[in-house]
Amino acid sequence: MGAAPASRDVTSYGMGLAAPLALFFLLFFVAPLLQLFWLSLHNDTAGLHWGLGQYLHFLTDPFSLSVLGSTLLLGAEVTAVCLVLGFPIAWLYQRVGPRLQTIIILIVLLPLLTSVVVRTFAWIVILGRQGIINATLQSLGIIDTPLKLLYTQFGVVIALAQVQMPLMTLPLITALGRIDPNLDDASCSLGAGSWRTFFRVVLPLSLPGVIAGCTLTYAAAITAFITQSLVGGGQMLFMPMYLYQQASTLQNWPFASAISIIFLLAVLAVVSVFTTLGRLSRGYGGA
Amino acid sequence: MAEAQGGRSLVVDAVTHRYPSGALAVENINLDIKGGEIIALLGPSGCGKTTLLRIIAGFIAQTQGRIIIGDDIVDTLPPNRRAVGIVFQNYALFPHLSISENVAYGLAARGIDKATRQRESQRLLELVQLPTMAERLPRQLSGGQQQRVALARALAIKPSILLLDEPFAALDKNLRLDMQIEVKRLQRVSGITTLIVTHDQEEALSMADRVAVLSQGKLEQFGTPSDVYDRPQTLFVNTFVGSSNRMPGVVVSADRTAAKIRLDAGAEIIARPAAGALTEGGRVTVCIRPEHLQFVGDETGFAGVVGMSLPLGATVVHEVTTADGSGVKISQARIGETRALDSGAAVRLAPLAPSLANAFPATL
Repeated sequence: MGAAPASRDVTSYGMGLAAPLALFFLLFFVAPLLQLFWLSLHNDTAGLHWGLGQYLHFLTDPFSLSVLGSTLLLGAEVTAVCLVLGFPIAWLYQRVGPRLQTIIILIVLLPLLTSVVVRTFAWIVILGRQGIINATLQSLGIIDTPLKLLYTQFGVVIALAQVQMPLMTLPLITALGRIDPNLDDASCSLGAGSWRTFFRVVLPLSLPGVIAGCTLTYAAAITAFITQSLVGGGQMLFMPMYLYQQASTLQNWPFASAISIIFLLAVLAVVSVFTTLGRLSRGYGGA
Repeated sequence: MAEAQGGRSLVVDAVTHRYPSGALAVENINLDIKGGEIIALLGPSGCGKTTLLRIIAGFIAQTQGRIIIGDDIVDTLPPNRRAVGIVFQNYALFPHLSISENVAYGLAARGIDKATRQRESQRLLELVQLPTMAERLPRQLSGGQQQRVALARALAIKPSILLLDEPFAALDKNLRLDMQIEVKRLQRVSGITTLIVTHDQEEALSMADRVAVLSQGKLEQFGTPSDVYDRPQTLFVNTFVGSSNRMPGVVVSADRTAAKIRLDAGAEIIARPAAGALTEGGRVTVCIRPEHLQFVGDETGFAGVVGMSLPLGATVVHEVTTADGSGVKISQARIGETRALDSGAAVRLAPLAPSLANAFPATL
């Protein structure tokens, strides 16, 4: 070991290490994306005539717009369900003993440990006309005719929420774990009730986790091709399936490319809203 | 105004707390604290002092006994309705709120309007001498400043009792003294009954009107700093507060106020029976503080050999080995030119006065 130059910062050699991944991304992500974009700028399926016709078609077609709208709405619904159900679990996790913590983590991670296809078929069994829910309700005499649960927005949201729950809960657990437990006591001793403590202290301080969780859940929910298609069935069409139909079934690659680009931009817009919120709330993170 | 209100009394009445595992955290603690007093709860870590503080604050419901603030039994009140102000060891300021929002937090919880809140928080920040910090965030302040804010925040709700949990432990030595003076000043101004939990005996003795010494969940002694230091009631208090030489011996004769004891080190001395009457012939432990020993020239004291002399600035501490092989420390004030003692020098030692040697029945 020679004498290292005194000015060398020990943390400055990081960039070279990222090169393999950067190369991989460039080859298999950036390049295809550029190709996709290039393809979307053609008006005909053969790719001979340049133009913005595919974009114009999508943006003026009420059907296409409604598919985009319902996909973004689906993401919002799944995110909301995950947040409302996941927050109490994460909160509970920080307040129980180590044994219960292990059990909670196991339950939270369980959806990640089974295949998407298996989980989705399980939901079909649960939600179907002769499924577990309908059979139980009918045998109890609560309903006469089976409820329509499968192939509905409700079914898709529930199935997706279960699958994406870990993506919400894990960042929340981390964020809540960083909050000094004394702050709860301090708030309480100053006269605040549980709700005031929650909204003035716990929630603001957990915002970085909320935003990370929402971003992950949202992005995962709107692109979940298998669950959307199997639980949603033929009547419900979301962007990933729409894209798949245009590309594989109709062989309309330029239009499929344009859909991809529009979908990508829409997702980026939503995610950047989340990250902006995250940046604004960063002042809260220094607990 | 808290300043005008004066302090309310606090009675801890036969409080016992058991952990869910069944282990005793605190056992039968009785404290009768007058309005406006500063009390220190002193003890080693794990002695139950923080548990007692959390019981008073309402975070823990005690197994038995009552907490009475003023004329009210507060046992059924949750912490947010006890009006007890707490300064936490790590200050627990809300990191996302500005200094003035932190101070006004308790006022907002009471539904006080914004203008009054701002006026109050400004007044309190002036009281703790931080009037220009209102818009900063806690992390932009130094440790001492954060502690002042924590104090202002606790005082803002005009608490009937102020609890300080190891308030100076995280501060460096010079700042600690400044803050101790500051807390004492604020307490004088506001007159709020104050309880300080600490493991630092100097802090307890210098700040408190009365000190409650706790050990293993039990109250060892509750008295003024000079009571606790000069007239300890238990062997634990004698050795935990200040330093003390423990010398074993046998009771030769004893009445209520004095006992003649033959030390194993080889001398008869008169000592004070600190924990009640002693029985003749019983074994005792005599505690004598290093500063309460003197060198004697005649044949009265017990003999020893000087091992090491440590000049500690204002005092010099000599380590002396006695005839029975145990070590005894003696500290002398450095007045004029103190004669240095050579290692190996033969000396004789005796207590300065009989009342300064405390005899406790020996525990097996």
